[in-house]
Amino acid sequence: MNRAALAALLSHWRRSPLQLFTLLAGLALATALWSGVQAINAEARASYDAAAATLGEGQYDQLLPSQGSIPQSTYIALRRAGWLVSPVLEGRLNGIRLIGLDPVTAPGGLGPVRLGEGGDISGFLSGAGQIYAQANALAALSDTGATLIPSPDLAPGTAITDIGTAQRLLGRAGQLTRLIVAPVQPIGQQPLSDIAPGMTRRAAQGGSDIGRLTDSFHLNLTAFGFLSFAVGIFIVHGAIGLAFEQRRPVVRTLRALGMPLGRLTLLMALELTGFALLAGIIGVGLGYVIAAALLPDVAATLRGLYGADVSGTLGLRPVWWLSGLAIAVGGTAIAAAGAFWQLARMPLLAAAQPRAWAMQAGRGGRWQAMAALGLLAGAGVLALLGSGLVAGFALLGAMLIGAALALPLLLDRVLALGQRLAKGVTAQWFWADTRQQLPGLSLALAALLLAMAANVGVSTMVSSFRLTFTGFLDRVLVSELYVTTADQAQALAFLTYVTPKVEAVLPLMQVDRPLAGLPAEIYASRDHRTYRENWQFLQAVPAVWDVLATGQGVLINEQLGRRAGLALGDLLEISPGTSLPVIGIYGDYGNPVGQAILTEPLFQTLFPTVQPTRFGLRLPSADVPALTTMLTDDLGLPPGQIINQTAIKAFSLDVFERTFTVTTALNILTLAVAGFAILMSLLTLAALRLPQLAPVWALGMTRAALGRYEMARAVLLAVLTAVLALPLGLALAWVLLARVNVAAFGWQLPLFLFPWDYARLGGFALLAAVLAALWPAIRLARTPPAALLKVFSNER
Amino acid sequence: MLLTVRNITKIYAGAEGPVAVLRGVSLDLDAGQTLALTGESGSGKSTLLHLIGGLDAPDAGQITLDGVALAGLDDAGRAAMRRGTVGVVFQQFNLIPSLTVAANIAFQARLAGAHDPVWAADLAGRMGLGPHLAKYPEQLSGGQQQRVAIARTLCARPKLVLADEPTGNLDEATADVVLGLMLELVTESGAGLLMVTHSERLAAMMGRRLHLKSGLVA
Amino acid sequence: MNVKALIVLLWFPVSAQPQGFAGLGASADGFTNPTQGQPLTFPADHGSHDDFRIEWWYLTANLTGPDGTAYGLQWTLFRSALAPQTSEGWSSPQLWMGHAAVTTPDAHYLAERLARGGVGQAGVVAEPFGAWIDDWQLTGPDFDHLTMTATGPNFAYDMDLTAQGPLVLHGDAGYSLKSGAGQASYYYSQPFFDIAGTLTLPEGDIAVTGSAWLDREWSSQPLAEGQTGWDWFSLSFDDGAKLMGFRLRGLADYTSATWISADGTVTAYADGTFLATPLETANAAGHDLPVVWRVQLPDKSLDVTVQAINPGAWMAVSVPYWEGPVTVTGSHDGRGYLEMTGYD
Repeated sequence: MNRAALAALLSHWRRSPLQLFTLLAGLALATALWSGVQAINAEARASYDAAAATLGEGQYDQLLPSQGSIPQSTYIALRRAGWLVSPVLEGRLNGIRLIGLDPVTAPGGLGPVRLGEGGDISGFLSGAGQIYAQANALAALSDTGATLIPSPDLAPGTAITDIGTAQRLLGRAGQLTRLIVAPVQPIGQQPLSDIAPGMTRRAAQGGSDIGRLTDSFHLNLTAFGFLSFAVGIFIVHGAIGLAFEQRRPVVRTLRALGMPLGRLTLLMALELTGFALLAGIIGVGLGYVIAAALLPDVAATLRGLYGADVSGTLGLRPVWWLSGLAIAVGGTAIAAAGAFWQLARMPLLAAAQPRAWAMQAGRGGRWQAMAALGLLAGAGVLALLGSGLVAGFALLGAMLIGAALALPLLLDRVLALGQRLAKGVTAQWFWADTRQQLPGLSLALAALLLAMAANVGVSTMVSSFRLTFTGFLDRVLVSELYVTTADQAQALAFLTYVTPKVEAVLPLMQVDRPLAGLPAEIYASRDHRTYRENWQFLQAVPAVWDVLATGQGVLINEQLGRRAGLALGDLLEISPGTSLPVIGIYGDYGNPVGQAILTEPLFQTLFPTVQPTRFGLRLPSADVPALTTMLTDDLGLPPGQIINQTAIKAFSLDVFERTFTVTTALNILTLAVAGFAILMSLLTLAALRLPQLAPVWALGMTRAALGRYEMARAVLLAVLTAVLALPLGLALAWVLLARVNVAAFGWQLPLFLFPWDYARLGGFALLAAVLAALWPAIRLARTPPAALLKVFSNER
Repeated sequence: MLLTVRNITKIYAGAEGPVAVLRGVSLDLDAGQTLALTGESGSGKSTLLHLIGGLDAPDAGQITLDGVALAGLDDAGRAAMRRGTVGVVFQQFNLIPSLTVAANIAFQARLAGAHDPVWAADLAGRMGLGPHLAKYPEQLSGGQQQRVAIARTLCARPKLVLADEPTGNLDEATADVVLGLMLELVTESGAGLLMVTHSERLAAMMGRRLHLKSGLVA
Repeated sequence: MNVKALIVLLWFPVSAQPQGFAGLGASADGFTNPTQGQPLTFPADHGSHDDFRIEWWYLTANLTGPDGTAYGLQWTLFRSALAPQTSEGWSSPQLWMGHAAVTTPDAHYLAERLARGGVGQAGVVAEPFGAWIDDWQLTGPDFDHLTMTATGPNFAYDMDLTAQGPLVLHGDAGYSLKSGAGQASYYYSQPFFDIAGTLTLPEGDIAVTGSAWLDREWSSQPLAEGQTGWDWFSLSFDDGAKLMGFRLRGLADYTSATWISADGTVTAYADGTFLATPLETANAAGHDLPVVWRVQLPDKSLDVTVQAINPGAWMAVSVPYWEGPVTVTGSHDGRGYLEMTGYD
């Protein structure tokens, strides 16, 4: 019995291979989108985090010098006093960020992954040394004499070597940049300040600026991954709905022939599971292709994710495949639940009721409206009162689901208005008929809404992020050259030498002092046009730089302002007995600690012991290479102590560009998937449409005209949905930037608008709708009259 | 002559090769006349009605309607003819579900550019649809729906009314009332009426009858 | 495997990699090999021998608290060379590892340190004697008067040591054979230390006194191929005599022993004389180990049962082993230390 029944069920697919294709393709696409986003996210995370993880940044506390570098003797003194610290020297060599580590003392086995996999320890620690980096970074280091070992797991532009090799290559013998503090320390240690005064202990997760920025970026990408999945589920729902609708007669016949309903349901569930697994496998493979195509240069890492021989990621492989398949099967189950429920409730001899669907949808309208309203109201309350990460994500969920539920109702109101305003009889019919189509198309339209909103939201987020970050880099890296001198003597020699050769020398002076009871850093600012021209404030008093120059105020970063609850005009105690009003608050993206800026004379009065050893130099860009050469040749400054800001900016921006490319490609993919959902829905509806269209045809409208209207209808709905998606997408971006980001990282990213991007996205959405509607419309225009006449015929 | 049908042949592709549904049927109908087309199931009477209404094209033979040969018309021309010259009432699914009763009644007339609101209101009233004008088709009973279909057809003042078992889904009493109204109004408007039915009782209400058997006039 | 574990393997060629790491078990390219008849000279030989591949300063102590509780203490500094040379700075091929432990009857505290040579973080100088890694030290004006400190996450100790007897040379005047194939090391001990000081444990400071045994050994090829680990005993009897004996496990066991009379007179025993037989095993941190032994030296009518004070004295360091205090009963009573490697 089972075999016969299964054969009867499966025979349907033989007769309609196209439907089988759409079902499988729909499922596979949803899975692929999910897997692809996951893969890209994981890869991007791995590549951004590799350097930070290798250095223990974020994982471990670090000891930083108050200025300049740490003498190696201080490191030894700390070890001899029982402080378990490990030395790091970091510098730039031929444009590559070279990081020297001591794998012997580094906590947690930090070091190049490949070295730990059976590399030549002896070669790493002694002789000419070894350098681990990605192949293109190694190319720039070929003249070092060290053994070069390609390591795809390292961040782009970053190289890792032994501390001794780094000191030799960077010309900084006996110098260290920072010390990593092991998480477990022995008892009975002497206080740090007794052994190494002036050192700052930076707490774990206070990593580099870029690390913090990318963290927030990944959080947002993860949100994007979930949205993509939601869009995918809509297709699966459409495909399964179609399959069930068309096989009702078979089911009816099988049951009439004595097949128990439970058995039949089981068989169909088995059949669907089989399809889901098949589609899931295709989808995971497709996801790999998507990810690999989008990020060709990281295919190697992806191979690791998919189960090749990178030891740290080996465990991911089964998880990866399983999660993809689970998504496919789980998604199918969710999407099929309704269909099975209908199947179970279907009376044995029920005739196919093409209009029942629409009518049922109408009855559910009130509940849907209430649910949508409730969710949107909840989102509003959360937006006004909620705080914290959970509230941020809850707000996101409530907003998106509420909007998806509200969409058909909103569209219905818009279409009703259109109908009322329409003059001609055809126009009135067109609006009315479009309204009637809504229930059947609402799932696909909700998919389009979410896809479009996700794209608007993510585009806005990503572009705002880029704009902010570029602006931030422009501000903090405004000087053409940055020079670090080893000590006071070198600083004096440097000043004497360089001052006549440049437009301006801007000393960089900093102390770490708690402000308002919070860890913070205080900077000195020389009154110079460099700052006046480049700084932008979130809030500031008029003529803020003039006020600052008089020493009558202090600038603070957003983090300090938020945490200490400081607003413009509030007094902030800078040092005992000295309190100054806050005159400006600036965005300081990615900095975990508070910051305050004083004018240089005041800073020197308050902190007379701090002498500048780091300097920013202003000079024409064209003169930068010449001056760099002079500084190294005449003053003997090691290249690692001279930093060209254009190189840093280029490096930082390069890291982001890749992610932007990926985002654009994902935009198009999600819209394609939404278009697919529309196509599925239109095909599902096509059979149900004939009884609605046949009278119009019989009354004197040509089939070609009907096809054109069908097309126009899809476009109209897509346009309306896209228009509604725009505010939703912007709201999404706002939640991501202003709520989720603040909750997770303590600073807000400003929201910028990109109308041209939205127009282009709208164009893509329209194109997707047109492509989806084209085939059903052509099919309608070519329907044989006999098929239309059957609607009316007595023998039906 | 309002309608001339000559030697019409129509062949459909069936499961076991082509089936000739009509094999050379001829008939004439003048304005103001009523004609019943009767015959067994599958005798080809509905197909003949569809061909006359320009809903489908014959494989051979000639249909001339109001002086126009249908064979010379393209899809658009036949659509125009359906709008202006003929009106069709089917057994079921006559109405446009998304439009109200009032809009349904006016629909064909407005498509044809011949809408007369006074006439439409008069028709609705005489069909007893006055209280239902703002409703949607699915809110009406079967008899009411057929009345709307008839009103809609007559509203456009067609020269020829084609009806295919218009009361086939109704009980006998309702069928008599609906058909009576239709006959009354058609006669009043001076149009020709061609009705397919398998009911001897209803056929008897028409002026003439033509019996089809296996695609031929018996 | 992370980088650090790989580095630690350099010290434990046998237990971690049966074939020896980087050829350590097979040959000793460039490194000096011990030769018979080469006299040891002091204080120079207290210092490090950078041309030998591996070397250790290994101190164990049996202690007693004010309430009579028995404690064990370990302070060990290992040296391992990547190349038979030394130099200043990071390029030095010398690597250092420290292990410290305190064993109580029901607890075992331990810590591990690693360091590069050449930068001052760890090292040994012969005179005035100083051995150190980080804040751990074993120093003194001479080898007979030492102070010793170590700290860990949950313990610390600070001890004074005074030698009450002479240095003891094992084997042939310090040339100690380790296999039938001729592998050997230089090996001498100072087993006569009186020790007193303070243990800092989670329950508080404890004043302790007792005796300590310092082993010095260096070689370039300490184990023969096929030897998988060793059981090493240092026993002090109530009558003042002492016994060092070890069993190197392999295809055929290889044993060696030194009998040290109370006045420091030494008798060396070649392979096969010293007998150590496991009587009882216990599970320490997931490893089955013999914690009760029968130890025999027929020549001295010695037949004793050696029993671990705390079977859980497992050194869970990067490459683990067992090291803990023992009690001795039988023909001779006393106490001592037991080390067992290669049981993982």
